Amino acid sequence: MSGPSDFQPTNPALKWIERRLPIFGLVHSSFVAYPTPRNLNYWWTFGAILSMMLAVQILTGVILAMHYTPHADLAFQSVELIVRNVNYGWLLRNMHACGASMFFFAVYIHMFRGLYYGSYKEPREVLWILGVIIYLLMMATGFMGYVLPWGQMSFWGATVITNLFSAVPYLGETIVTWLWGGFAVGNPTLNRFFSLHYLLPFVIAGVVVLHVWALHVAGQNNPAGVDIKTEKDSVPFTPHATIKDMFGVTCFLIFYSWFIFYMPNYLGDADNYIPANPGVTPAHIVPEWYYLPFYAILRSIPNKLAGVVCMFGAIIILAFLPWLDNAKTRSSKYRPLAKQFFWIFVVVCILLGYLGSQPPEGVYVIAGRILTVCYFAYFLIVLPLLARIETPRPVPNSIADDVLSRSRGKIATAASIALAFVVAGGLFAGSTQTARAEEGGNAPPAQKWSFSGPFGMYDRGSLQRGLKVYKEVCSACHGLSLIAFRNLADPGGPGYSPAQAAAFASEYKIKDGPNDQGEMFERPGRPADYFPSPFPNEQAARVANGGAAPPDLSLITKARSYKRGFPQFVFDFFTQYQEQGPDYVSAILRGFEEKTPAGITIPEGSYYNTYFPGHAIKMPKPLSDGQVTYDDGSPTTVAQYAHDVTTFLMWAAEPHMEARKRIGMQVFVFLIIFAILMYFTKKKVWADAH
Amino acid sequence: MTTASSADHPTRRDFLYVATGAAAAVGAAATVWPLVAQMNPDAATIAAGAPIEVDLTPIGEGQDIKVFWRGKPIYISHRTKKQIEEAQNVPLSSLPDPQPDSARVKPGHDQWLVVIGICTHLGCIPIAHEGNYDGFFCPCHGSQYDSSGRIRQGPAPANLVVPPYQFVSDTKIQIG
Ligand code: FES
Repeated sequence: MSGPSDFQPTNPALKWIERRLPIFGLVHSSFVAYPTPRNLNYWWTFGAILSMMLAVQILTGVILAMHYTPHADLAFQSVELIVRNVNYGWLLRNMHACGASMFFFAVYIHMFRGLYYGSYKEPREVLWILGVIIYLLMMATGFMGYVLPWGQMSFWGATVITNLFSAVPYLGETIVTWLWGGFAVGNPTLNRFFSLHYLLPFVIAGVVVLHVWALHVAGQNNPAGVDIKTEKDSVPFTPHATIKDMFGVTCFLIFYSWFIFYMPNYLGDADNYIPANPGVTPAHIVPEWYYLPFYAILRSIPNKLAGVVCMFGAIIILAFLPWLDNAKTRSSKYRPLAKQFFWIFVVVCILLGYLGSQPPEGVYVIAGRILTVCYFAYFLIVLPLLARIETPRPVPNSIADDVLSRSRGKIATAASIALAFVVAGGLFAGSTQTARAEEGGNAPPAQKWSFSGPFGMYDRGSLQRGLKVYKEVCSACHGLSLIAFRNLADPGGPGYSPAQAAAFASEYKIKDGPNDQGEMFERPGRPADYFPSPFPNEQAARVANGGAAPPDLSLITKARSYKRGFPQFVFDFFTQYQEQGPDYVSAILRGFEEKTPAGITIPEGSYYNTYFPGHAIKMPKPLSDGQVTYDDGSPTTVAQYAHDVTTFLMWAAEPHMEARKRIGMQVFVFLIIFAILMYFTKKKVWADAH
Repeated sequence: MTTASSADHPTRRDFLYVATGAAAAVGAAATVWPLVAQMNPDAATIAAGAPIEVDLTPIGEGQDIKVFWRGKPIYISHRTKKQIEEAQNVPLSSLPDPQPDSARVKPGHDQWLVVIGICTHLGCIPIAHEGNYDGFFCPCHGSQYDSSGRIRQGPAPANLVVPPYQFVSDTKIQIG
């Protein structure tokens, strides 16, 4: 369709280039003059949205790689230091981490759109298969990217997923060892994953070029599923499709920004804020939400090899779709049965995703098996059968006819799209939340925090008191290794002056050296120093504390969570509730009881805590009334201490939260205004096309 | 686009396009800023560049030490009488980058020369006590500095830079 262009630049310099390399003609014929079906709906803007997401991921990824250290001992810390120290590091990291989810969200809509409108049918088979290849590459890239922060989920995700290959008969072990570059997941694994994670996006970009090329040869499909026949059926790509795509992209950016600025950890897993520990597996290994349906299929099959084969088969089968469904009518709009089965299939996929996040036991296993059968039956039985027995409704004669017949009912479509968006977003996104369970404890009561909500700020007084509690009580056993003394004077922090922070630092003894004599020595702390940890190493901490090493508290409020459950997690998305961590931490501090309730036995050396999972905690009751003096007249009660120290620890976990919310508000105001402008511009541009 | 404006409101459409385009430009510029700013030194690097204190007592006359501040080597030389005299007596007019010795040391501490040991030509590190001027010699392209760290010969355009520092006591300086 995009045959040789007769476009000629008028500028002599451009003419000179064009004669030697006809690049302007290529761009003109592909992205300007290219005829676009007039009847495309907003589902078609996801192609542009995906291109943007790929660009965003590559750009932010290249930048993050400038600051990241791919070493097993340093990776976790380097990611945290990016977030804390690099200019706008928190923003870039949130963009990249949430961006992966947005990328998959958009690709799923893009794929379902192709499925619904039969975009894989003749002559677009190669186009579709290239899409499946891109999707596979995305999965590999996303998986390896998730390993890089080197948290608990990174490590154990890497272990579980690479072990899938051990199911290969005879060669399994050899392959897995080769993948790891060692006898277990370790530093060599991290290094190669980093290298490949950097490489694959560019491979994706290459396949995307082929994908777009194939698209421009076959021409775009459209909701009516009939080909462009006359001039009246199409509009030029620029400005019509361009402006519409940009409007779609802007709306998508609003959705994306909600995550970046307000819910950055909503899609993540609290366990990934715990540094990788090869000796302890988290209670629930859950992949990122976008893999959950396939993970559910894997777990439904009771045989290892068969499970792995089915999981990969569930993706590979997509490549055969053009031959499994050989109905002549493309669009499901005119296929009453196919349309119903399509929506059933969508529900099956979402339910599989939900099951993937649940523990593999009881009714979940049975449901998983049934849904796995449904998933494959859709491709292997329903679609081939429908092609034979279904009588489609008549398709419109031309695209122009289709446009005329459906110029009404547009608002309803738009509204339903928006609704579908919100529901699917909330559901899919939230499905992982349920898996972050801390089981066996009571749900901590939700507290009022000054830092919750879109305008939340840290209460300075509370931060200062919390610091005092940390210093006088917690710091005896717990480190705070990611916080430097200078941070106490940072904007959005406890509000000390640089001089006060320096004075605070000088009260600490810091190990330094070696000096000219080659000896280590102690000196007073400086603002640039980090809070010293109470124990020289983990072993020492373990021995001194009855076998349980007290965790570092820098990230504790992000690394702890509890089960929210359905449908609570869906509401959380809209109310921006993300204080599970602080609620949990403060509940633990207040949850010690003198008397163990009847029926619960607490082992020797442990203490009863109402909110601790399993109730037996190794930490003795740390706070009691009156233990720390406050100079500002605040009550010196355990409840107040717990509240203050939790506020302080929330700040320690996210020192730039105030900047995040402030910039988020500016971004939202801008994007909404821009979306309105884009909407009217789009209407003007399209005024003569309708 | 102006030619395409409809006759009855010729400006409203243009205004819309201009406003949308302007908003897009503002948005693009605001997006680019963090992507550029991230390459500046991060907060930890800046904090690590805080002033340092150096004890001068171990440096005997005619000796020098090299310390690092902000990743740069700093030469601290305890000059001999001869070196001081040479530095003070050279006619300023004969210098490529004229600067009296008094402007390069702290008053009352003539014997201490503190300079950033980075050749002003292209950044190599000059060697102390070498060259024809009782000062520094840069092996890279042959620049020669005198006992006050001033350029005397070779391709370097300027004198060795004196870092910000002050005497905390007679035997201790703070650099930065
Ligand atoms: S760098 Fe010293 S002379 Fe060129």
